Amino acid sequence: MIIKSLDPRITRAGIDDESKDGTQQPLDQWHTYEVFQQKKRGTHHVHVGSLHAPDAELAILFAKEQYARRGQCVNLWVVKTADVFATEYEDEDIFATTPEKKYREPEVYKVMDRIQAFKAKQNS
Amino acid sequence: MYGNAYVENTGNNNSLTAGEDPVKLAEFEARIAAGEKIEPQDWMPKEYRRQLIRMIEQHAHSEIIGSLPEGTWITRAPGFRRKLALMAKVQDEVGHAQLLYSACETLGKSREDMINDLINGKSKYSNIFNYPAVTWADSAVIAWLVDAGAIINQLTNSKGSYGPYCRALDRICAEESFHLKYGHDNVVFLATGTPKQREMVQEAMNRWWAPLMHFFGPSDKISQHTETLMKWKVKMASNDDMRQQFLDMYVPKIWDLGLTVPDHNLKKNEESGKWEYTEPDWEEFKRVINGDGPCNKERLAVRRMAEEKGRWVRNAILKKDARYVAPLA
Repeated sequence: MIIKSLDPRITRAGIDDESKDGTQQPLDQWHTYEVFQQKKRGTHHVHVGSLHAPDAELAILFAKEQYARRGQCVNLWVVKTADVFATEYEDEDIFATTPEKKYREPEVYKVMDRIQAFKAKQNS
Repeated sequence: MYGNAYVENTGNNNSLTAGEDPVKLAEFEARIAAGEKIEPQDWMPKEYRRQLIRMIEQHAHSEIIGSLPEGTWITRAPGFRRKLALMAKVQDEVGHAQLLYSACETLGKSREDMINDLINGKSKYSNIFNYPAVTWADSAVIAWLVDAGAIINQLTNSKGSYGPYCRALDRICAEESFHLKYGHDNVVFLATGTPKQREMVQEAMNRWWAPLMHFFGPSDKISQHTETLMKWKVKMASNDDMRQQFLDMYVPKIWDLGLTVPDHNLKKNEESGKWEYTEPDWEEFKRVINGDGPCNKERLAVRRMAEEKGRWVRNAILKKDARYVAPLA
């Protein structure tokens, strides 16, 4: 039966409510891109989410619509999800530092003690 | 715009964790208890993944379908300013669906599968969108009160445990505040207008009250046990608690405009601080959500038509070397 709607656009479209032909095939919605947004010049681009697009050019257009509609944005990057290589959360320990490498931390360099001691000795 | 996930009957709470590695499960639960977010690559119980997929997917479908009753009035909005605002709101809702589909995909369900489950009637969406927007005033009441309900639900859920969903909700909530203000402005305009305008908005209020009371889902008295889902921060507040919050925030604002609510039992119990109301008709709710509502058929048919008529465009620009990769976060 053809749908009669309160919405004139739907009535005009003459939609058959028995139609079943909307079924999606794999990749019907294309592959995914990751979106990076820069809110202000001089700041980092930040990952804000992903989207589906057939190519990079349209990915930029969709990113503008989906992620930069209201909020401030001066620049967008899109990267194919397949091209992103990432570490595993399971390997989080690779980022831990060991106590033996204290020489790499700024706070272990306490020159002021030595300077004070030196000055005290000079004045004595 | 979204109500509340219709949590499936999953039996008792123990069956949610049946067959899970107890050590991993304990670590997982400890991380959630400590307020950490779970990311797509992390280990998670099967039931956590399943319930989240269902919930985020329902949410995404609700945004898409929810734009239909309001879209009804785009062509006949009273004036150019109202038309522009309504188009922007409808565009926002569709944009929210995109963000939510992406968040859901990180859990391993492809977008094509989600769309298929929607148009074949396998997945649910917020029941409220199975009702028609009969007049312009209905679209005003939807924009104010349905979005108000959605904000309560979404702010609550944005404090949940799944990272991609929380981040999508943060972006969504920021935009919903425009919807709420726009809707309130619309209702106030009609309620302070001519007798005819007042009558229109009162009638719309009468039509939308029952669906609004249904919006947060069945009463806690008849709803299944959701203890584990609360502990996993999948479900963040009980249906009745969110309903109370809604009544507390919006009934005074409705009365303030001299409008009435079609429930003579509705009043705040000053001792308990809780609102008392006539128990919503949950049989009607079940009947409509299972397909027998005034607009169920139309909503899905319009969705199918959009997929069908958009296919040639998608095919025309589909690159041969494309391959699917689930999003990262």
